Amino acid sequence: MLKMSLKTMLLAAVALTVGTGAASAGKLTIESWRNDDAAIWKDKIIPAFMAKHPGITVEFTPTAPKEYNAALNAKLAGGTAGDIITCRPFDASLELFNKGFLAGLNDLGSMKNFSDVAKSAWTTDDGKTTFCVPMGSVIHGFIYNKDIFAELKLTEPKTEEEFLATLEAIKKNGKYVPLVLGTNDQWEAATMGFQNIGPNYWKGEDGRKALIDGKGKLTDKAYVDTFAALAKWGPYMGDGYKAQTYPDSQNLFGLGKGAIYAAGSWDISTFRGQKVNMGAFKAPPPAGSKDCYISDHTDIGIGMNAKSANAADAKVFLDWIGSEEFAGIFANALPGFFPLSNSKVAISDDVAQTFVSWRGECKSTIRNSYQILSRGTPNLENEMWNVSAQVLNGAMKPEAAADQLEAGLQKWYKPHQ
Amino acid sequence: MATGSDAGLMGMSRASYLRLLGFFLAPAVIIYSVFSIYPLLATIFSSLYLRQIDGTYVFNGLGNFVTLLTDTTWSVSFWNAMKNNFVFFLIHMGVQNPIGIALAALLSLPQLKFRAAYRTLIFMPTMLSVVIIGFTWQLILSPLWGISKMLLQAVGMGAFFAPLLGQESTALITVSLISVWQFVGIPMILIYTALLAIPDELADAATVDGLTQFQTFFFVKLPLVIPAIGLVSVLTFVNNFNAFDLIYAMKGALAGPNFSSDIMGTLFYRTFFGNQLQLGDASMGSTIATMMFLIILLGVMVYLFVIQRRIQRYSF
Repeated sequence: MLKMSLKTMLLAAVALTVGTGAASAGKLTIESWRNDDAAIWKDKIIPAFMAKHPGITVEFTPTAPKEYNAALNAKLAGGTAGDIITCRPFDASLELFNKGFLAGLNDLGSMKNFSDVAKSAWTTDDGKTTFCVPMGSVIHGFIYNKDIFAELKLTEPKTEEEFLATLEAIKKNGKYVPLVLGTNDQWEAATMGFQNIGPNYWKGEDGRKALIDGKGKLTDKAYVDTFAALAKWGPYMGDGYKAQTYPDSQNLFGLGKGAIYAAGSWDISTFRGQKVNMGAFKAPPPAGSKDCYISDHTDIGIGMNAKSANAADAKVFLDWIGSEEFAGIFANALPGFFPLSNSKVAISDDVAQTFVSWRGECKSTIRNSYQILSRGTPNLENEMWNVSAQVLNGAMKPEAAADQLEAGLQKWYKPHQ
Repeated sequence: MATGSDAGLMGMSRASYLRLLGFFLAPAVIIYSVFSIYPLLATIFSSLYLRQIDGTYVFNGLGNFVTLLTDTTWSVSFWNAMKNNFVFFLIHMGVQNPIGIALAALLSLPQLKFRAAYRTLIFMPTMLSVVIIGFTWQLILSPLWGISKMLLQAVGMGAFFAPLLGQESTALITVSLISVWQFVGIPMILIYTALLAIPDELADAATVDGLTQFQTFFFVKLPLVIPAIGLVSVLTFVNNFNAFDLIYAMKGALAGPNFSSDIMGTLFYRTFFGNQLQLGDASMGSTIATMMFLIILLGVMVYLFVIQRRIQRYSF
């Protein structure tokens, strides 16, 4: 009995895999790691597409995030992967394209709806071929507790001085933690600290590109100044921030014990769940800045299996992913993940709307360690976690932090040698 | 000779004896080869290759070992992990094992009540998942919601509270002591059973000779359990140089702050499997794993050839 059912299950599994691989015309399957969003794809996104294109059936078949890369690689190598592939940003997807698993998508009509920054995460190093349609990004900024701001009669800070003055005022009052950010897990220090405020100092894309072609160095004033600005935060980060983990920070702000939270936009839905009355302001630029810059980081894209049996339909689907209609559904179903297309999208979540509105006021850039610069040893991203946490802990001087980053890059990256 | 081996065959023909021998040995040999010897050899083999920037591997001889020990890109992290691992081990040897011995001595006191309850309670953490231990202690020590801060404040020592897990000077010691708390049950049980094996006559004779209970333990029982202590020490050594999970659970793969709690296991994990944007490097990871194997091998050999031979065993 057991043997029979096992055999049946195996057969079914094989049949399923074969079915996925050799999709018949009119049927598309999507590979993705976003199993959290499965319901949104099944109930909102796919029905909206199928209403417009009745001849094509789409199925969303996600894998757990931690297993996605390995599972996808195995499926692609074995020829059983779905037609549509959700793309991780930068090197992971670039490797798939170089191996011939992902198709180039330069001829896709909706590609013109995306800026070069949006496409950078899924474009070859020479900038010639784009192989995934940019789908979503996360934006950095600061989320604040409106009730606490009202109680202490504070307003959203517009400049760095005002930001520090606001923190000082909250600290004087003594009831709340002024700035919620911990350094135990290290990545928040780099991501929500350094990459959050940094673009204003290194002028966004200009600075990021200069680092890649070797015209800029991490020891330049912009980077030292970013670390110097971070170093001023320590006294406002509450008791014991050195042992504060990311969930600690989320709870601290979620429970209304902290006034300002150094954020990534994906935190919005967490705090919505905790019913925080919140607002958001962008990274306050230092004195004398003319323009402002935000970290609008490309996080998720979508491309096509080069060996798809149903390439024509897959292109129709990808073209639709680049459309305004998809952008609208995506932005509202997942507040905190923003569509990357240039089309203007109305978002019903007011805090998410605030985040996305900064795109109109400031210039967008992505995290500067993600493209090319984290390919060698020592790994630049790891180094940034380490030194940013140390600067916030007061254990490292801003100049020393910049020196260490540049020295690490010089060890392996030709343009910096 | 022939008669001698014939006696071992127990009336079987040589061929069927060998078949029987093979039958009984096969499961252990196969399982041990597939799951222990093969991975070990494969790891050593893979440590001889170099990962290219395009993800392919080329033969590199002992080049990876030279890089690991001399190129500052790797050697700084390697020696740092090595140093931290020795601190981690010394704390276990200096704190866990003496406490384990003391607990075993207390447990073997004849007039002790609730012996089974103590034994179970002290052994309990050893059986808990590391993730639970890590999470619980992180909460206890948390500067935000931790009970340790309140306790210190209650006795007027609030000023002594520090984010122990977040400071470079204290993180490693704190994690080591948590690990000691978790594993103290193992030396306790091993030495306790060794103490039980000592015949009562010896203790009785010592009492008749006028030794106090304390003296009896020190001068009669302790010398008799030295082989067990030797075993505990070598187990501690092997486990500590293979350790990884608790530090990963509490401090992540970068074992901060500034790699102050980084040990061989976390360095290996980060290198082999990668981290965030760092891609995994199977050959360099294998090099570190091979170094871990060599360190453990060396330690165990020192124990076997230098210490164990000098230990006197008593049989009763």
